[in-house]
Amino acid sequence: MAEVLLTLSGIHTHIGPYHILQGVDLKVPEGGVTVLLGRNGAGKTTTLRTIMGLWTASKGDIRFDDHLITRLATPEISRRGIALVPEDMGIFTDLTVAENMILAAASGPVDVKRLEWIKELFPPIGTFWNSSAGTLSGGQKQMLSVARAIIEPRRLILIDEPTKGLAPAIIKGMTDALRELKETDTTILLVEQNFAMASGIGDTVAVMDDGRIIHSGSMKELAEDATLQEKLMGLSLEAHQ
Amino acid sequence: MSNTAVKPRIEKIPLKEKLFHKLPMFLVPVLALAGLAAIGNPSSWLTLTVAGLAMGMMIFIMASGLTVVFGLMDVINFGHGAFVAVGAFVGFTVLAWLAGWTASPSVMLNLAAVLIAILAAMLITGLLGLAFERVIVMPVYGEHLKQILVTMGGLIVAQQMIYVVWGPDELHISRPQALQGSFVIGEAAIEKYRLVAVAIGLALFLAMRHILKKTRIGLLVRAGVENGEMVEALGYRIRRLFLIVFMTGSALAGLGGVMWGLYQETITAHMGSEIMVLVFIVVIIGGLGSVEGCFIGAMLVGLLANYTAFLAPKVALISTIALMVVILMWRPQGLYPVVKAK
Ligand SMILES: Nc1ncnc2c1ncn2[C@@H]1O[C@H](COP(=O)(O)OP(=O)(O)OP(=O)(O)O)[C@@H](O)[C@H]1O
Ligand SMILES: [Mg+2]
Repeated sequence: MAEVLLTLSGIHTHIGPYHILQGVDLKVPEGGVTVLLGRNGAGKTTTLRTIMGLWTASKGDIRFDDHLITRLATPEISRRGIALVPEDMGIFTDLTVAENMILAAASGPVDVKRLEWIKELFPPIGTFWNSSAGTLSGGQKQMLSVARAIIEPRRLILIDEPTKGLAPAIIKGMTDALRELKETDTTILLVEQNFAMASGIGDTVAVMDDGRIIHSGSMKELAEDATLQEKLMGLSLEAHQ
Repeated sequence: MSNTAVKPRIEKIPLKEKLFHKLPMFLVPVLALAGLAAIGNPSSWLTLTVAGLAMGMMIFIMASGLTVVFGLMDVINFGHGAFVAVGAFVGFTVLAWLAGWTASPSVMLNLAAVLIAILAAMLITGLLGLAFERVIVMPVYGEHLKQILVTMGGLIVAQQMIYVVWGPDELHISRPQALQGSFVIGEAAIEKYRLVAVAIGLALFLAMRHILKKTRIGLLVRAGVENGEMVEALGYRIRRLFLIVFMTGSALAGLGGVMWGLYQETITAHMGSEIMVLVFIVVIIGGLGSVEGCFIGAMLVGLLANYTAFLAPKVALISTIALMVVILMWRPQGLYPVVKAK
């Protein structure tokens, strides 16, 4: 098995008075796609935000590449090569697509070659380059959000439900793009409810419930084991939709 | 029909949205015309209009920093007036030192003295802003009530410091020769200094717009106003950005203080808190966080204050508050509501 890039051990996160994550243990192997599954409210988004430092864990350790990052501020975590595609996409709607991309390239000017590659992955980025990002459709915003995350080479990308509310054709485009991204040595931690997509792209999988990881293992194993899916969260129902 | 090629989709911004952005810009000329109708006499109207624009520009200079500070970090700074007053006192002190230059008939020396006074005021208020942010504002991020109390405390401390350094009396100074007197156009007298104030204010507004639209730091400020978390997730230290904005805003308030002081030719330790009433009205009218809204709001307030001071002096201050109420009834978030992700 590949080396582990990110490890969460015994992570607890409080939001105000609420105890949301209650001891999350998660290993993300380097170079593949790890899918985080779980029903609504299980704590998937909170897990990603805690990794990114947008919530600070009250207990436990987060190790990235053998360094402790639990208490680092978000910008420092970002500078170590972790990018986030948040659930609400976090687009700057007051700025143009171009300006969104320019800001995303935080360490310097935009790499033109990489940008060309991104425009091939997500053609609307090129088409609407000078448009206000606020006028993009939901799917296009999602593409922009992913594009921003990969405009510079990253070691780990946290993607929160990139297919939420998208039409099937666009889901396919997004899946293809993530698959291509995977080829570039980028590790992806993907929160995804669409099991068909998740099982098609994931290498490893972790299932959350009530602020804990209740199962982790290889995706292949879970995809082939309908009983296990059923037991974990009635996922097979979704898979047949 | 031979023309079957698919045309590229052209994005149309809906008319409603366009109007939404354009309408507030018409308010200033509309108010000016209404003023003309009410005043009747074109020369008086011209004098009052220039006075109103000059006053509006000075308020804009003082208010611009405050609105961006609010937009970016959701910080309510009731101490902003301290920078106005300190700026004015520093500027006046420098001008007093340079009395030889200000009294000289040489326009160059006059302007050099004013420029040095302005730079000194901006430097000191910028540094004061640094201390204010680190000591007073930083510990109370995200807590509005504490911000109000603590920054008001800061204002009181600053006013007392002015008493300590400059004594309890008000200061008087005459404007340098070059900035005294008026141009006469027809029957209208237009004070030179007001034109200078309009020119400085306009230049500053255009520079600010340019920075906000074309530079990386400006883009970051606008992005941060909408979604600060995302700016941080992209690797930028928003606290540092905020500190730069806070210091710039404080320095601009200092500039506004010098300009206001030269306009009145008299300054007091509490001038800051007095003028802050107008500044807050302008910031609220414009939409908290919007520089363009702040600019339009400042022009409206300046014009209205001058027109009513001429037409019905007793209702001058009430008129600006009434303006705010009317605008908030039309657009409850101000002229240009700022998009917030959270
Ligand atoms: N800002 C917040 N304040 C209070 N509670 C919150 C906040 N954010 C999340 N929660 C709570 O934390 C729990 C986990 O939420 P989270 O968003 O992590 O779930 P999720 O697994 O991402 O769900 P979904 O699939 O619906 O996106 C939920 O019960 C939610 O109500
Ligand atoms: Mg979620």
